[in-house]
Amino acid sequence: MTTEQAADARTGTDVVLEARGVTKHFPVRRTAGDLLARRHRTVHAVDDVSLELRRGTVTALVGESGSGKSTVARLLAQLYPLTAGEVELGGTAVRAGRGRSFRRYVKQVQLIFQDPFASLNPVHTVRYHLTRALRIHGRAGSGDEELEKNLAALLERVQLTPPRQFLDKFPHELSGGQRQRVAIARALGADPRVLLADEPVSMLDVSIRLGVLNLLRDLKERLHLAILYITHDIASARYFADTTLVMYAGRIVEGGDSETVTQYPAHPYTQLLIASAPDPDRVADAQAQEETGSGEPPSLIDPPAGCRFHPRCPKAMERCRTELPPRFDLADGRWAACWLYDGATAEGAAK
Amino acid sequence: MTAEPILTISGLDVDYGTGASGVRALRNIDLTLHRGEVLGLAGESGSGKSTLAYAVTRLLSPPGVITGGDVHYHRPGGGTIDILALSPEQLRAFRWQELSIVFQGAMNSLNPVHTVHSQLTDVLTAHRPGMRAAERTARAEELLSLVGISTDRLAAYPHQLSGGMRQRVMIAMALALEPEIVIMDEPTTALDVVMQRQILRTLVELRERLSFSVVFITHDISLLIEFSDRIAIMYGGRIVEQAGATEIYRDPRHPYSEGLLHSFPALHGPRRELTGIPGSPPHLSAMPTGCAFHPRCAKAFEPCATRVPVLAAPDADQDREVACWLHR
Repeated sequence: MTTEQAADARTGTDVVLEARGVTKHFPVRRTAGDLLARRHRTVHAVDDVSLELRRGTVTALVGESGSGKSTVARLLAQLYPLTAGEVELGGTAVRAGRGRSFRRYVKQVQLIFQDPFASLNPVHTVRYHLTRALRIHGRAGSGDEELEKNLAALLERVQLTPPRQFLDKFPHELSGGQRQRVAIARALGADPRVLLADEPVSMLDVSIRLGVLNLLRDLKERLHLAILYITHDIASARYFADTTLVMYAGRIVEGGDSETVTQYPAHPYTQLLIASAPDPDRVADAQAQEETGSGEPPSLIDPPAGCRFHPRCPKAMERCRTELPPRFDLADGRWAACWLYDGATAEGAAK
Repeated sequence: MTAEPILTISGLDVDYGTGASGVRALRNIDLTLHRGEVLGLAGESGSGKSTLAYAVTRLLSPPGVITGGDVHYHRPGGGTIDILALSPEQLRAFRWQELSIVFQGAMNSLNPVHTVHSQLTDVLTAHRPGMRAAERTARAEELLSLVGISTDRLAAYPHQLSGGMRQRVMIAMALALEPEIVIMDEPTTALDVVMQRQILRTLVELRERLSFSVVFITHDISLLIEFSDRIAIMYGGRIVEQAGATEIYRDPRHPYSEGLLHSFPALHGPRRELTGIPGSPPHLSAMPTGCAFHPRCAKAFEPCATRVPVLAAPDADQDREVACWLHR
């Protein structure tokens, strides 16, 4: 980060996409019993999520499956209407509906999906996928020659070189990593400011995952993209993201600089997540296996009152069962939504 | 650790399809599982690790065919069984009694229209004809508590259980007849890290108590290093390196093992720039000549492209093997 950008970061002008109190409840299909009792049940998929995506920064959203992290990506991409809250793009609240306003929005905010086998149309070539993205977003240029040049530039940007070799291939002729690169190239076809990457490497072979992550980081640096990296792998968040947010049962429980969050986790859930991640050094250090807690994430139809982690939390207090913990700011711009830090200073954060 | 072998695989070859369209999925696999050990089998998709599990249990379905090699099971009391020569009846008696398997995607391996109780007792009905219904139920309850599920879930249907609990039921089922060997094919891949650790911890405890041997198949080598005694790494249908877990971690000899280890970002220690491995894993139908890894290998030299390296000890006195021309 240059000093200029750092200055931007302080004044907050480089926030590209911001979510404020974003909430999404999905209705549950009503049973006969619900109809008789006049009950409307909902899945509280995402509750009161606020986050900022900054220019040239990777923000990781880490959580288990069912924690609502993919729903957050879809809400930010305006694929679902919000139940409550606001999404701001470049400082103005956006509620893109359909048609032209939606297209204007997606030109700036692009989504990359988990499964590159499913996200590319098997009956069309790479050329078709990329041409379509360029045409829709008005970047195809005039004439065939310019289009060809733009296509080549896109493929080069995702390191599929020489472009000629890939343009007329069908998805089945490409490996998983190459397919995901085509999907990234397609997203770049819109020349977006924000890239929402929903588990972009979890379907890929382990030896090629880092190649794709390094590519995304390179794009972040060269194109100053704001990237949201959604993952269940907290070690990759540490490697790839500048900022890490941890999500549990529809709420963000901790956030801050990736290194701080992974090295000195403050929230008991983050601590559990870190203690559970595979770690070869654990054996090497012959460290005693401490009890890391048990249980499973709660049902989001009827989430626990108070802190949603309290039924599994080894440090739960009386207050946790009834009152929802707000964000408590700790040192270094980090925060945790946990009553342990009520009135406490940063010393409490270090393990 | 006792070095008494319980399962020996020698020269195993497996093809998918025959004739011109056939591809060779496993080439000349030599592997030994010792009594009471956890053997980790690591590799990427298409490396043949699941095929190996299916071939050993004779579950390989057409077009998969075993074209060569032997698989021998050594009974605890002495005596050897040639698994590849068993008749269907003998095989039926052998499976689950001596060797059981927990499948990949085990979350969907339970029958959705039967209760946990009927699926657990089904194994007992088939293999223990003399057992009374009350005894079977008692055993099913015992199995559930063994894997840490409360016994009142016995009447539940699979959809009423979480993914982690379903996986535990599958493990309970695999342990129903107290087999000597349990093969686990990506048992925790679909689960979250927290649940994964809980299940693996249960497994480690059970193994200490019941002393069975485990073949643990996964693509996550960092998990294997933590949980297994010995690791075999597969690439392109061959075993390219095998050694003790800590030796693999501290001192990988094959460039692929090294690349694989450097593909997982560390959670602790200094943040390093990692590169993964360039290129992508080969297709079975277009396997490179010589060492299958040579097109992606930074250390490839003259013999790699033409001659296949054999699996052998890199130094005379070590209990490890590597298939790489660098160590000849």
